[in-house]
Amino acid sequence: MRLQFVMSEIGVGLRRNLTMTFAVIVSVALSLALAGGSWLGREQVTHMKGYWYDKVEVSIFLCNKVDVTTSKNCADGPATAQQRSAIAASLKSNPLVDKFYVEDPAEAYVHYKQQFAGQPGNDLLTPDQMEYSFRVKLKDPNKFDVITTRYSNSPGVIQVQDQRALLQNLFGLLNGMTYVALAVLAFMLTVAMLLIVNTVRVSAFSRRRETGIMRLVGASGFYIQAPFIMEAAFAGLIGGLLACGMLLTGRYFLVEGGLDLQDKIKLIQFLGWGDVIRVLPLVLVVGILMPSLAAFFTLRKYLRV
Amino acid sequence: MIRFDNVSKTYPKQNRPALRDVTLEIEKGEFVFLVGSSGSGKSTFLRLMLREERTDTGSVHVLGKDLNRLSNWKVPQMRRQVGTVFQDFRLLPNKTVTQNVAFALEVIGKPRATIRKTVPEVLDLVGLAGKDDRMPGELSGGEQQRVAVARAFVNRPLLLIADEPTGNLDPQTSVGIMKLLDRINRTGTTVVMATHDQQIVDQMRKRVIELEKGRLVRDQSRGVYGYQH
Repeated sequence: MRLQFVMSEIGVGLRRNLTMTFAVIVSVALSLALAGGSWLGREQVTHMKGYWYDKVEVSIFLCNKVDVTTSKNCADGPATAQQRSAIAASLKSNPLVDKFYVEDPAEAYVHYKQQFAGQPGNDLLTPDQMEYSFRVKLKDPNKFDVITTRYSNSPGVIQVQDQRALLQNLFGLLNGMTYVALAVLAFMLTVAMLLIVNTVRVSAFSRRRETGIMRLVGASGFYIQAPFIMEAAFAGLIGGLLACGMLLTGRYFLVEGGLDLQDKIKLIQFLGWGDVIRVLPLVLVVGILMPSLAAFFTLRKYLRV
Repeated sequence: MIRFDNVSKTYPKQNRPALRDVTLEIEKGEFVFLVGSSGSGKSTFLRLMLREERTDTGSVHVLGKDLNRLSNWKVPQMRRQVGTVFQDFRLLPNKTVTQNVAFALEVIGKPRATIRKTVPEVLDLVGLAGKDDRMPGELSGGEQQRVAVARAFVNRPLLLIADEPTGNLDPQTSVGIMKLLDRINRTGTTVVMATHDQQIVDQMRKRVIELEKGRLVRDQSRGVYGYQH
């Protein structure tokens, strides 16, 4: 194989179809950036799930004196010390429970103040509005149903709350968003594919004289197709590199510079540079393979021996 | 060298067969004219020899190979031993004479040293020495056809197929091209040439194969053109 000759043929092809090559590069770059983005988005959600599920507990809130008037679970009055110790004893002997601790109203007040510092209405709250609660960590967080049914009707309990349920809504939303991203991605990939197929066709058509002669003098199919495939691969490579750039810039802009979400939303652990960099080789491989394969299958039809 | 055994070929969506039960043999080193009116099957005959088409029934052997049984990936190897020349020259307009001829060797992966050596040789043979850096647009029709012959012959094929090589040329220039093809034939290369040029066929007195509506109607050694058109 005469490398220099093939390279010069590729150069000729790329220059001849400059606008189409440009379109291929842009659409590959955009679809791959979107693909990488939605991939990272899903990873971010998984990452957050792990982080938060590890921290969440099932909370068993007990009646306080305010609840007596508002909730029928507490009609018998605020939870007594006896009821508290009964629940504590039960939790201690429950095989599902990993560990638990009691949060008394004073602690609850302090936590609340910290968590919602600076928010309006914060000052109106007093320690006696807070309640006793058991914070239960389960061995298997998915078994929270058992705890709920077991304790929600115990005397002195106003409510059993699984914090996971609160997070589930958020994760549901985020998952939904990644699905939208995936749909857009599929659409973009289709557009990119069609564009590549068209470009290769135009390219093959504009060089049908050359390829016709090549066929006649006995050039192998590979020799005839290689320049076209390598053109597509080259455009894909540039597109892939651009996509990588966009992903890195994207993370920088969202998490560190620009929007600086890292500083604004402390509750979320954002993906690190390592997570982004790990995706890049995949983006490049897809960037090169996708156009090459599209070119290969298009040419099979147009450059038959 | 070339053998057609009961070859028939009908193109899709055509009622009339392009070739009907053609049987013939061409020996190594022969010079054969293929004559017949338009639509008589000459082009199909040539395309079958290049394995651009396959037969419906019957078999075509070229250079000892049954082309029906030749797998696709072996076709290029076979074509490397066959040179082709066309009425419309089919040169690459953006390459010089030398580059046009070298192209045929480059795309089959010949080493550059070989190309540097053989291209000037063959240009000399076809009488284009000194015009190696011209573009096809700067050459006369006859000269362009000489470039095409040089390209077809540069890999020293065993068989040269020419499809009306003088069709676009004036009679005087045509004679020059015929002399060139004759010289190539004398080196041992078999030449099969489809033509409408009565004068040339009558002058050369070579074997003439005539097709009519897809049938072989005449096969005559040292023949003449033989019919009016």
